[in-house]
Amino acid sequence: MSETAELYQSIIMGRSKNPVHAGRPEIFDAEGEGDNPMCGDRVHVYVQRDGSKIFHESRGCAIMIASAELMADAVAGLTAEQIAECRAAFEAVVNTGTKNPDLGELNALAGVSEYRSRIRCATLPWSALALALEEQKNG
Amino acid sequence: MSAVLKPDFFDVAAIRRDFPILSEQVHGRKLVFLDSAASAQKPRAVIDAMVHSMETQYANVHRGLHWMSERTSDAYEGVRDKVAGLINAASREEIVFTRNATESINLVAYTYGRTALRAGDAIVISEMEHHANIVPWQMLRDAYGVELRIAKITDAGEVDFESLEEKFADGNVKLLAITHMSNVLGTYTPVERLAKFAHERGAKILLDGSQAVVHRQVDVRAIDADFYVFSGHKLYGPSGIGVLYAKREILEAMPPFMGGGDMIASVSYEKSTWAKPPHRFEAGTPAILETIGLGAAIDYVQAVGFSAIAAHERALTDHALNILSPLVKILGRAQDRGGVISFTMEGAHAHDIATLLDRQGIAVRAGHHCAEPLMGRLGVTSTARASFALYTTMEEIDALAAGLVRVKQVFA
Repeated sequence: MSETAELYQSIIMGRSKNPVHAGRPEIFDAEGEGDNPMCGDRVHVYVQRDGSKIFHESRGCAIMIASAELMADAVAGLTAEQIAECRAAFEAVVNTGTKNPDLGELNALAGVSEYRSRIRCATLPWSALALALEEQKNG
Repeated sequence: MSAVLKPDFFDVAAIRRDFPILSEQVHGRKLVFLDSAASAQKPRAVIDAMVHSMETQYANVHRGLHWMSERTSDAYEGVRDKVAGLINAASREEIVFTRNATESINLVAYTYGRTALRAGDAIVISEMEHHANIVPWQMLRDAYGVELRIAKITDAGEVDFESLEEKFADGNVKLLAITHMSNVLGTYTPVERLAKFAHERGAKILLDGSQAVVHRQVDVRAIDADFYVFSGHKLYGPSGIGVLYAKREILEAMPPFMGGGDMIASVSYEKSTWAKPPHRFEAGTPAILETIGLGAAIDYVQAVGFSAIAAHERALTDHALNILSPLVKILGRAQDRGGVISFTMEGAHAHDIATLLDRQGIAVRAGHHCAEPLMGRLGVTSTARASFALYTTMEEIDALAAGLVRVKQVFA
């Protein structure tokens, strides 16, 4: 099982089992949803304080939940433009498997590049966040 | 010696030698392929039949007056006889070639549905249908005003006849469209009883045989099925070829599905007339090579024999239920079930289970299995699914169990 250790490392297992950003806040500025019709996974992202604080409600695999968690950590306090840059950098990591020193713990998901069908699991929370930020911008 | 030459002795090792792909490795490990319900692997006989046709005997069918076209037409039409034999149809004219079971159901919905049914008529399906036996009827409902009713299943995953009775109570039901074997729960439905039930109430019955036809001898006349559909690729044949069986008088009354070459009697700018069934429903150049491949697949399973296949798969399923039950939660416990086992594991998502098994060379499916409404009925969003074929071994099921123990360790 050594091949899977790369992907299912303790940070992913720990954050998927004990998420700290999970749940629907009473007050939020915008929300966005991501669905994977292939597997039925779903993530709902809530944005507070102009995007500087993120919550998520996730129904899915360990990869998706951990990704939502690490995303919420990573984007705290960032502007919408910075979040968009971070998303692009993160998607490059999960597509290529090449870690990015600027991305910190998000690099824990680099191993997902080995599993074509699972890349979507890692990027789904980011798609939902992008929808929420767009709503906020237009709203 | 090919296993097919020894029909009285089921030698799984010999069977496996007929399937070249089974000696492949995945992630440096021996492939354990437990996803045959999605699509089955192909025996050498199927591969060779298609290659041989391309190398020695290929032209378009039903058109040329030359030798190649006539021989290819003979080979293509010969498969119609083989399919009729496989399911015991009364005549070869009752066999329509399609792309797959999905297209077969869409064909029935579009042609039979729009002519034999009227707005206000009802169609009944069950809670354990594949999307292929849900969505075409929804589309017909939305375009044409028929009603779509859903009959319940029991907690064991069997047809609930009380619910079925309720759905039929007002006498408006004209079609019962239901699976012969669930692709999620492995349940076989009591098709003879269902056909009798529908007919006594003035309805026709369509059976989705995509799963069942692989594992059991199907006799459409004994069942008294009005429509029976299946795909070639689950029956060890190629993808791109499927079958619609319908009783002759029903096909005779159905208008064409698609227009084009091969489906006409005559064409003028003012008016075209239609060929007789089955060609009325086979517009354009068909999947010639795939049909020839399906013929070889039918020869193959018939040479092995359905009684031997069924006995082997029953033993596999019993073994799997025994050793997997302590490890995972198995969905459905129908009395009459086949080698399709869906399961969930506490604390581990189906995708994570599938990925961890894949790294051990074990291929299972994970997700909603094109049966989202059934997932809702079962109270889950996705499951992992192991499915067996005639080439599956006891050792592979043991490997699955060992793999699941390791998954449990990761998610402990």
